[in-house]
Amino acid sequence: MDWVEYRLPIMRVANMHAIQYPAPRNMNFWYMFGFLATIVLVNQIVTGVWLTMSFTPTAEEAFASVEYIMRDVEYGYILRYMHSTGASAFFIVVYLHMFRGMIYGSYQKPRELLWLFGMFIYLALMAEAFMGYVLPWGQMSYWGAQVIVSLFSAIPVIGPDLVIWIQGDYVISGATLNRFFALHVIALPLVIVILVFLHIVALHEVGSNNPDGTDVKRKKGSLKEEEKTNFKIHEYYTSKYDIVDDIVPFFPHIVLKDLVGFSFFLLAFCYIMFFNPEMGGYFLEHPNFEIANPLKTPEHIFPVWYFTPFYAILKAVPHKLGGVIAMFAAIIFLALLPWLDRGKVKSWRYRCGLHRWNLIIFAAVFIFLGYLGGTPQENWKIIASQILTIMYFGFFVLLFIYSKNERTIPVPARITE
Amino acid sequence: MRKIIFVLSLLLPMGVMAAGGNVHLDKAEYDLTDKASLQTGAKLFMNYCLGCHQTQYQRYQRTFDDLGIPVDLGQEYLQFTGEKPGEHIKNAMPAESAAKWFGAPPPDLTLVARVRGADWIYTYLRSFYADESTKFGVNNLVFPDVGMPHALQELQGVPRKTTEKMLVDGEMVERYVGIKADGSGELSAAEYDTAVLDLVNYLVYIGEPSRLQSEQIGRWVMIFLLVLLVLVYLLKKEYWRDVH
Repeated sequence: MDWVEYRLPIMRVANMHAIQYPAPRNMNFWYMFGFLATIVLVNQIVTGVWLTMSFTPTAEEAFASVEYIMRDVEYGYILRYMHSTGASAFFIVVYLHMFRGMIYGSYQKPRELLWLFGMFIYLALMAEAFMGYVLPWGQMSYWGAQVIVSLFSAIPVIGPDLVIWIQGDYVISGATLNRFFALHVIALPLVIVILVFLHIVALHEVGSNNPDGTDVKRKKGSLKEEEKTNFKIHEYYTSKYDIVDDIVPFFPHIVLKDLVGFSFFLLAFCYIMFFNPEMGGYFLEHPNFEIANPLKTPEHIFPVWYFTPFYAILKAVPHKLGGVIAMFAAIIFLALLPWLDRGKVKSWRYRCGLHRWNLIIFAAVFIFLGYLGGTPQENWKIIASQILTIMYFGFFVLLFIYSKNERTIPVPARITE
Repeated sequence: MRKIIFVLSLLLPMGVMAAGGNVHLDKAEYDLTDKASLQTGAKLFMNYCLGCHQTQYQRYQRTFDDLGIPVDLGQEYLQFTGEKPGEHIKNAMPAESAAKWFGAPPPDLTLVARVRGADWIYTYLRSFYADESTKFGVNNLVFPDVGMPHALQELQGVPRKTTEKMLVDGEMVERYVGIKADGSGELSAAEYDTAVLDLVNYLVYIGEPSRLQSEQIGRWVMIFLLVLLVLVYLLKKEYWRDVH
């Protein structure tokens, strides 16, 4: 062991980042979703590798090869359902992870870069999920790709050529499927893994936030001996700061806590996977069990549920280019949160009542937009999605205004629970 | 720009153009554990559907195994094309002529139960009615102007839209009450419903042949996870006892 350690710092890195990393002891259930997202990422990569072994990325064979996996590959249906359920699970945990960051102000100074890396992961994840959904080459794969790719044609001047460049053909075709396969299994997973690595490194550099928003790291020499933690913390942290007696080491305390959450998560995940993998048509859309047919437009075209809030924003704007801009702006505004929020207090526990309501309404607006974007269009829904789109952006505008001179409650000097 | 408008306009609902519409669907109380029903359904499918509709993603062997049919019997009574039980369930109809005969090639039915749902198929197969104005002399309530003949007419008889005179608000009105067969079929109305249910059962099976195995494994997984949850929770509690 020493021989290896002398040449490769395995234990040092493990101690620094996975064992003796100081984590606030009041991290509640909201803090398990990052851990869960990592687990789901590993699940997607491992099952993805095995699916690739039997999948054929051509327009002629893709659909049949998925059914081959479902029928002829030993336990292939489990691999496929692990992957398809994992895709939706990924977005569930990521959305909860992001909302956690919003309610406890985890994007605020000094975690701006951490938040930005997170937003890049989210963007890469959306691209990854979109391209993955095209691969089974069902009706929704094809027509969903048609709708999303054609959005780029709204870009002035270069739009139409850009669409052909993306598709690799004048229409969505086998060429598109083949390149999406390449991006889905090699390029984007690599990007995501690297971004996740950077996300974690950035997190450990500034330290974890917590529901109180109270810093557990103090200036070196500012704490009395009895105020410091008794847990063994890596000297990387103790040499720079005094660590308050409000922390626990990542292992075993946080890992065990996460494992409890992980067990709950697995129960839900496996229930869906083994008993209800279609999840009522939300995780696997019914029309996608029909092979892609360029001559037959489905009655309704919806993206999968995790894209529907943005899809509703797209459809809410009557102008096509305007809709595309609004959709991307919805994501860019989220990424700019660290600068749009001018408040100094992190957690919603100690911020003004308006802020709490603003966050709750924002979450409700997001869910309701998802409903509007995922159900057949009706007249009232157009108006509703326009109002909700304004409310979506209203969250950021309001936050920018009231966070400047906000009436806050004093943040406790030490963690309260 | 015109293309994107075109594509986006497709997103708007297109009324009742496609099949489905707002017809009330009867609930299909199928049972995947009922092997006798599945076997009857398989027999009906091979005799009445396979002539035009393939289930090209499924192999005979898998069907025989899952339904408890000995291979020699299966090959004798159910397999009309191909020689080996490992072959896919296909027919000999050339797709091009099929498209000419029916307007579009008859769709593959391997996954039809996952696309349409069991209730839809159950209602659809019981919703044909005689209509001289169409090419095949029949129409369908669930799928108006459907491009196929009533393949099960031999069993059901000629189904007709039936009306009854009834007194509504003091006036005699003629009202549509449902579809009734003329009695020329081999089966009674109740027997026909059962036969269709068997067929639906088979189509649900073939859409996802691993369903029962999946649930069987799933039950053990759930039990394992519940035990794991308890153990992990106790371990966590033990380690956290001194923290607060």
